[in-house]
Amino acid sequence: MTPIRAIGQFVIDCVVLLGDLCTFAWTLCGWLIVRMPRGRVLWPILFEVGVSSVPVVCVTGLFIGMVLAVQSYDTLSQMHFQSQIGSVINGTLVKELGPVLAAVMLAGRVGSAMAAEIGTMKVSEQIDALRALGADPIAYLVVPRFLACFLMIPALTMIAEGVGIFGGWFVSTQVYGISSHFFWTYSDRFVTGFDVITGVFKSMSFGAAIAVIACQRGFRCGSGAEGVGRAATESFVASFIAILAIDFALALLSIQLVKLLWMLGISVT
Amino acid sequence: MMLSMTSCRDTAAPESLAANDVITSELSRVSQSFGSQQVLRDLSLEVRRGETLVLIGESGCGKSVTTKLLAGLLAPTSGDVLWEGRLVRNRRPAEVQRDRLKMGYLFQGAALFDSLNVFENIAFGLRENTQMREPQIREIVLDRLREVGLPETVREKRPSDLSGGMKKRVGLARALAMSPQIMFYDEPTTGLDPVMSGVINELILQTQKQRQVTSVVVTHDMTTVREVADRVIMFYSLGKLEPHEPQIVFEGSNQELFASDDPRIVQFVRGLPASRRLHQTSEAAGKTT
Repeated sequence: MTPIRAIGQFVIDCVVLLGDLCTFAWTLCGWLIVRMPRGRVLWPILFEVGVSSVPVVCVTGLFIGMVLAVQSYDTLSQMHFQSQIGSVINGTLVKELGPVLAAVMLAGRVGSAMAAEIGTMKVSEQIDALRALGADPIAYLVVPRFLACFLMIPALTMIAEGVGIFGGWFVSTQVYGISSHFFWTYSDRFVTGFDVITGVFKSMSFGAAIAVIACQRGFRCGSGAEGVGRAATESFVASFIAILAIDFALALLSIQLVKLLWMLGISVT
Repeated sequence: MMLSMTSCRDTAAPESLAANDVITSELSRVSQSFGSQQVLRDLSLEVRRGETLVLIGESGCGKSVTTKLLAGLLAPTSGDVLWEGRLVRNRRPAEVQRDRLKMGYLFQGAALFDSLNVFENIAFGLRENTQMREPQIREIVLDRLREVGLPETVREKRPSDLSGGMKKRVGLARALAMSPQIMFYDEPTTGLDPVMSGVINELILQTQKQRQVTSVVVTHDMTTVREVADRVIMFYSLGKLEPHEPQIVFEGSNQELFASDDPRIVQFVRGLPASRRLHQTSEAAGKTT
């Protein structure tokens, strides 16, 4: 295959994949309107996505917060701004790292498992069995997983941010001797309610993208154990890329929104 | 030897239904491809109410795909699927969903839902599609378990705790829970020991007899063919056929199948490797001359 043909094929594959994702998401939206899942189906998935993810989100959040404190202190102390470390840690966690970290954890822990589970169901004809028993696979399998990711990720993000901030505060005050008063004062000054809302909105977008990608990969899974493994890997890789792309797009959008609100005389900073 | 000892079933349709020879599911000039691989080509077949139709043929020739098309679980690449003489693609999704509930499907590996226990698996269709109360559902589930010869104690077990034969029986109980009018059995005895195969064949016959359901059975098991078939259709792989040759190489009763001298049918029925078939065919040709 010539390089030009290979590039062309790659572009075509990407367009087909994107089209399939959009069609899949559209069908999902239809079912979200038509029929909500039963509690018996939804609760276990909410528990699995939300409660079971808390320990891993806490551990990673804690370490990220502590690492941020170490790295920020090193830089800020050279400029004698170390007392403002709280603003750096809080701002970074609330605006960027908290939502992205929780989303990456969700994509790795839950998204891959979803793709593998649905893929296994496809390979073992359980999805056909659902159809044969009068249940739509999108309504029965995808809608509850979508809702679980969409609703649980803001809570996970808040937890990751809270634990991360605690880790940052602990290292700053107990290791580097920064005053707790300065830590919280600067945190309050540089992190606004708008940042928190933006972070939550971001996390919901990430959650929706993870659920759609993971379930779509599961439904398009190839045959056998190899196909299931590939679906799980593709789900994580595609979700990770989607998280970064959405993060970039929403960062640009939020800055434009701040400017627009400022022009309208509303200050959110 | 064992095959010859097994008694052939009467090929006539059940008396009560013979007069009502209405097509229930039909494929009209259907072709099916997966990517670049074509599995079915210009295939037409019908399933008549009350009959037990058995589909045979070597692995990969499209038997399971055909049953999925007949059951509306797969959309054909080209051609039409008709239920009660009406095109499935012209029906509203809700109507297709409703009519699909009249069909039960026993999948090759039973396809039990791993996350649910036996009771929940059998109750699934009732919970999803009816307004029945739990006591009523419980009664039906336990009835179906008894019908397939399983003790009540299995109801709390997970599919992973069941043997192959038990899985098939739970799969059958799940399919029967919705009281279907047509039953599809995809290789119901594959992977089972001869005793359990006999039990499953008996269950197919019992279901057909007690419930008067139409049955479509995909199998490689000649005992199943002898015991349950009213009509047999044999498929051939497209890769071994000329472009103009039809994919169905045999259609008739089980007695006609076993009496056939078509080398392709003889090879399949007797389970001869390709090399022995060629040898046998040349021997037969020698005798003729």
